[in-house]
Amino acid sequence: MSSVIETSIAPSARRVPVRNALTATAEPAWVRRTLIGIALVFLTLFLFVPLVSVFFEAFKKGLGVYLAAITEADARSAIWLTLIAASVAVPLNLVFGVAAAWCIAKFDFRGKNVLLTLIDLPFSVSPVISGLIYVLIFGLQGWFGEWLRDHDMKVIFALPGIVLATVFVTFPFVARELIPLMQAQGLEQEEAARVLGASGWQIFWRVTLPNVKWALLYGVILCNARAMGEFGAVSVVSGHIRGQTNTMPLHIEILYNEYQFAAAFAVASLLAGLALVTLVLKYLVEQRVKAQKRSASSRNE
Amino acid sequence: MFLSRTLLRRHSVLPGFDLALGFTVLYLSFVVLIPLSAAFLKTFTMTWPAFWDAVATPRVVASYRLTFGASFAAALMNSFFGLIVAWVLVRYEFPFKRVIDALVDLPFALPTAVAGIALTALYAGNGWIGQYLAKVGIKVSFTPLGVFVALTFIGLPFVVRTLQPVLEDMQKELEEAAATLGATRWQTFTRVIFPIISPALLTGFALAFARALGEYGSVIFIAGNMPMVSEITPLLIITKLEQYDYTGATAIAVVMLVAAFVMLLTINMLQAWTRKRQGR
Repeated sequence: MSSVIETSIAPSARRVPVRNALTATAEPAWVRRTLIGIALVFLTLFLFVPLVSVFFEAFKKGLGVYLAAITEADARSAIWLTLIAASVAVPLNLVFGVAAAWCIAKFDFRGKNVLLTLIDLPFSVSPVISGLIYVLIFGLQGWFGEWLRDHDMKVIFALPGIVLATVFVTFPFVARELIPLMQAQGLEQEEAARVLGASGWQIFWRVTLPNVKWALLYGVILCNARAMGEFGAVSVVSGHIRGQTNTMPLHIEILYNEYQFAAAFAVASLLAGLALVTLVLKYLVEQRVKAQKRSASSRNE
Repeated sequence: MFLSRTLLRRHSVLPGFDLALGFTVLYLSFVVLIPLSAAFLKTFTMTWPAFWDAVATPRVVASYRLTFGASFAAALMNSFFGLIVAWVLVRYEFPFKRVIDALVDLPFALPTAVAGIALTALYAGNGWIGQYLAKVGIKVSFTPLGVFVALTFIGLPFVVRTLQPVLEDMQKELEEAAATLGATRWQTFTRVIFPIISPALLTGFALAFARALGEYGSVIFIAGNMPMVSEITPLLIITKLEQYDYTGATAIAVVMLVAAFVMLLTINMLQAWTRKRQGR
């Protein structure tokens, strides 16, 4: 009987409330289109046009000028120095990030929240101040200034200072990516491994690390992008000696201030390319991390 | 052994606590805490009047006004447009949405010096955007307005990325209930949706503001750096350093550090509020 009544009601009458529910929790088409329009215009003006202009300005005077600008001796030494600084800073902060995540995510101890806040501290310090503090310690007037001079060592206006400043500004990246994921994953798997007789390092290499490898990679990518692009902090400690203590961002500044715009944008385009690669990798890894977080939270439920 | 015996709240079968925490605290101290304390210790060697003279000259005060003012305006601009961008990315479908979503992070990934020279070239009198603005009499490059543009670029992802997860997690039922009770779409937005996302919006605003306060690389190219007019505080610190006025530079740095720490505390409280509002 009931089925007869149901089918006897005109199909259109049943569809009406459904359509109303949809329109009731969605905006009219013109609002939708206007909002999308505003968002796209804003993003185009503030993000996409600047990005495109870097490559446009770089190739404006032709491929010859471009290649000359990035293969010239000072540029090559700047690229080399940037690679060295990043290759020291990133592994250091990677080891730190793993150690910090291990104790924060896997143990319950006093002072944990303070430690978490302190790890984030470098993000809230101005890059200029991040450079300044190392000048206060290792500079000529600084705590160890005279001792370093007497022993013929240089930190400020030399490679060690650049590395230190880079380490400081990229300090939290890896730890920040690992801690929330490892907290979400909990302890069960590690404890099971322990009960089955695995040693600490075995647990770490065979259980923990495979579980967080994508988040780890993500942190390393972000850390590396910032390490290679850092300007303010490095600018304070570098001394701007051409061919010796100029990293890529500093080389861009010098070229720009000498009105060699095409050359400045040519070197800048390398860093912009690195930024694009970073964004692509970030997108790919983010998908994996999201999937992992989902499976971690469904396991916990 | 010492660390695990004194600090651990409950026994754990997992090893490595002492090693991991010991290394973490040691590394944190050497890289971050001791160097940062150097700035404060250096200022403690100054007398009060000397400190005041260093941080309150008209030129320094003008730089605070510009730095805080432009940062505030840029964060406000980002809150407005960031909300629209986040809303559009979460709620609507349109072509190339994923690419655009990924590109929102560009200011995080693009080195500040690159952003700086690109924006300067764009907004200069003969630049792609600057030439049209020049016709209506607006000058951006080498004016305080340029500082605002650079800080807007830098802060955009903070607002969008803070709002996105909150918008995604929002329960559709709340909006449906509001509609059932006869609310118009605009009423639903102002009375139901906005109160839920407002803590996140404030957090995004605070993050963008805090980041803008310390920003250096993208600003110095576009600002023109005229004392009293378009000189930001971080640049003033560098200028003092180049004149070997280390104490003067450090005194200003301490003022900015205190402002940064206050922002950090504010942001932590806002984030706690966001979580509470979401019912977690």
